[in-house]
Amino acid sequence: MSIATPNGFQLDNSGKRVVVDPITRIEGHLRIEVNVDANNVIRNAVSTGTMWRGLEVILRGRDPRDAWAFVQRICGVCTGVHALASVRAVENALKIEIPENANTIRNIMHLTLYAQDHLVHFYHLHALDWVDVVSALSADPKATSELAQSISPWPMSSPGYFRDLQNRLKKFVESGQLGPFRNGYWGHPAYKLPPEANLMAVAHYLEALDFQKEIVKIQTIFGGKNPHPNWLVGGVPSPINMNAAGAVSAINMERLNMVSRIIDRTIEFIDQVYIPDLIAIAGFYKDWAAIGGGLSSKYLMSYGDLPIKANDYSPGNLMLPRGAIIDGNLSEVQDIDLDALDQVQEYVTHSWYKYDDEQKGLHPFDGETVPNFDIGGAKGTKTRIEAVDESAKYSWVKSPRWKGHAMEVGPLARYVIGYVKGIPEFKEPTDMVLQKLGGAPVTALFSTLGRTAARGLECSWAAHKLKDEFNKLIASIRAGDTATANMDNFEPSTWPKSARGHGFVEAPRGALCHWIDIEDKKIKNYQCVVPTTWNASPRDPAGKIGAYEAALLDTPMHDPEQPLEILRTIHSFDPCLACATHVLDMEGNEVTSVKVR
Amino acid sequence: MGRQETFYELIRRQGISRRNFLKFCSLSAASLGLAPHFAGKIAHAMETKPRVPVLWLHGLECTCCTESFIRSAHPLAKDVILSMVSLDYDDTIMAAAGHQAEQAIADVMRDYKGQYILAVEGNPPLGNDGTFCIPGGRPFVEKLKEVAADAAAVIAWGSCASWGCVQAAKPNPTTAVPIHKVIKDKPIIKVPGCPPIAEVMTGVITYYVTFGELPALDRQGRPLMFYGQRVHDKCYRRGHFDAGQFSEKFDDFGARAGYCLYKVGCRGPTTYNACSTTRWNEGVSFPIGSGHGCLGCSEPDFWDNGPFYERLETFPQFGAEMSADRIGATAAAIVGVGIAAHAGITALRQAKVKPNKPVAADERVV
Repeated sequence: MSIATPNGFQLDNSGKRVVVDPITRIEGHLRIEVNVDANNVIRNAVSTGTMWRGLEVILRGRDPRDAWAFVQRICGVCTGVHALASVRAVENALKIEIPENANTIRNIMHLTLYAQDHLVHFYHLHALDWVDVVSALSADPKATSELAQSISPWPMSSPGYFRDLQNRLKKFVESGQLGPFRNGYWGHPAYKLPPEANLMAVAHYLEALDFQKEIVKIQTIFGGKNPHPNWLVGGVPSPINMNAAGAVSAINMERLNMVSRIIDRTIEFIDQVYIPDLIAIAGFYKDWAAIGGGLSSKYLMSYGDLPIKANDYSPGNLMLPRGAIIDGNLSEVQDIDLDALDQVQEYVTHSWYKYDDEQKGLHPFDGETVPNFDIGGAKGTKTRIEAVDESAKYSWVKSPRWKGHAMEVGPLARYVIGYVKGIPEFKEPTDMVLQKLGGAPVTALFSTLGRTAARGLECSWAAHKLKDEFNKLIASIRAGDTATANMDNFEPSTWPKSARGHGFVEAPRGALCHWIDIEDKKIKNYQCVVPTTWNASPRDPAGKIGAYEAALLDTPMHDPEQPLEILRTIHSFDPCLACATHVLDMEGNEVTSVKVR
Repeated sequence: MGRQETFYELIRRQGISRRNFLKFCSLSAASLGLAPHFAGKIAHAMETKPRVPVLWLHGLECTCCTESFIRSAHPLAKDVILSMVSLDYDDTIMAAAGHQAEQAIADVMRDYKGQYILAVEGNPPLGNDGTFCIPGGRPFVEKLKEVAADAAAVIAWGSCASWGCVQAAKPNPTTAVPIHKVIKDKPIIKVPGCPPIAEVMTGVITYYVTFGELPALDRQGRPLMFYGQRVHDKCYRRGHFDAGQFSEKFDDFGARAGYCLYKVGCRGPTTYNACSTTRWNEGVSFPIGSGHGCLGCSEPDFWDNGPFYERLETFPQFGAEMSADRIGATAAAIVGVGIAAHAGITALRQAKVKPNKPVAADERVV
């Protein structure tokens, strides 16, 4: 049956149904089902989150100062983003101001994640969609060396280096034990890179695996460990002591030198390896600049982040741009109000939860979460689902909407918003990439390739901003300010009887906000609406489809049994399902409806 | 055509004698509850079969264990993956998806029956017939039991698989349980922590590959070498604890001078882990080293042992209601009895926070 969605897409579920579950190389558990027509073009797409943990239910009644640690465990891949949103929400509710150094150190922690997370996404979660590992075996190491040296001054590029690597790879492949490369789609006609580019990319896959662990040491210095470093309501836990006894236990000259050195190496790696690889690989996949656009040409949103000065979260003080684009109107970036009850709302018509009135959406401050695992007319049984029924409930992810619109969030949204606002640091690199891809128009951004390119540009942007923020920290310390925490209102005895607040963050995957309600020194209610909830959203009562579902439509598949094309587009969003699938009952009711044995 | 080194060749190259190798095979057979003649079969498999296949499954989790694993500096994660084991299934990094991915599990279970390692990150929710986690369209708990049935051994990565962790904190809305509640007939090595330290994770794997035996475990199934002592025992700030020098609040004089963080909530005195010695991210730091108290993330039910910024109010072994101020003054004098007394803290503390739940004797370190 063919239907038109209110947000401008045509769905037809009459063709062959293809199920891909699990979608691998993501965080968490995601299932994608599509219908293809006689020409193997995707005509219907269904996105299903297949896990729920109920973390916000667990938060109820706990100390608000502890919340960051709980919600940080929403996700260990984008580690820290939920902790940051949480401390901001608590500070917003209790009107706690943090010192300038704490803001700068938080920015450094957050930018460190951007650099590491985007890098790992490109090489370890996304590259194998474009890079044929087996083809690398037939590369000429000398030609590979020439290719590498033609695109970058990166020193690890000799013929001998690539020959050694190829030999190790050969031995590995010939053993028959392919490990994580087992059953991959090697030899698939959609792989377009020549063997030399494949060998170079495999080399950088391994180098990036080694290098990413260096980047996160910045979080270890300030937060004590990674993944899951420590945060603090009111500032940061690491004190500064530059010139007195005991400095060896604090942020001191040696620690700062280590941070500085890591930042320099990070800039070098991203600009000499990631960016040249991205541009070289994209050059072979220009057709993907016309595939996978989905909502991106019409509905994009970013909350903005990285405050320049502490405690000011207004758009003009944020390094990452804030705003929403709707109906494809690029000439107007709209303001966002996260406390307005009619802006961010969540629907559960097609999610495994229950509302009294499922035609309505609820703002997080009014939200409800009662699990309701009803699979409708799905093929199979509740414990053996063969194909979901998208006309019924079909996902553990809710459907968030902004002023009723399904929105795409993430690096592409930020870059487009920065671009149309005319901010040079977003516009100029974007124009550079478009020009390197043969003078592609701006509309080429609205695609699978555009999403992947924006992430790469943002990774480089973040690495350079790290340097700026580091310099800001040094300047502040030199000016005599060593404060890192404001403990004036840390003790619950100083708090009002009740307080409410929100904390927003632009996570690497997109717009994230936590809402907290505090009463009698305890968390009364807590709610998160996270990036992948926006992007992986199922349909809403009006039938509007979310970003994943929209982006898959009209994609031609070479062979539906080998779902490489689906992986390319879904991975371009960098899904994080553990983030997407945990919700809270703000009213505190009906947790007991969950059967507990 | 080249040939991959077998497990036997690998451990011989690492200096293990054939005699010790055969001894390992006997011990493996015994630990798996197999008759003695199976030792020969295991030896044969190890000599002729290549790297040990690992199936790494994800239940309810946040992937921090995988992220930690790839931070390993010695050995590098890539060397573990390319040379030591055969990581045939791990949905976070594997190339294949959908039924090609699921086929990898079926193939390994068929070709390496009784010889592969099952590594579990996260845990199964039992509530609502297991439908809170349904990768592949069916409850994770079923997949877990199936894959465990023919595994040689099971590794419980992190606090989720070992103890339940955050989703099992009260009120545990999905009835998430640690894996030993559903896998009862296999040796399980618990490697707790949220996440575990990267080098502890790869250390456990390389111990097995290098010495040809499972590491020594405590009564709760944790490797003694990494979990045999408390963070507090080897903390470099221990001298300040003993001297009664504490940070009273964040960013005060004591915090800047590196004093003990006990009064701002540090759980180091009740936490068994290698953080204060092995440290994190190639030894760069650990939570206390960067100014925040230990959260106790490798301990059972640590989420319900808060609020995190309130001190552990008493140390029972030092006498009734003794506070840190007095401990500081007296600790040096009684350091000799410390070791025996310390061992009891964790059990007592847990008994205190879970008054309604009987503590099984075999589940607690005493």
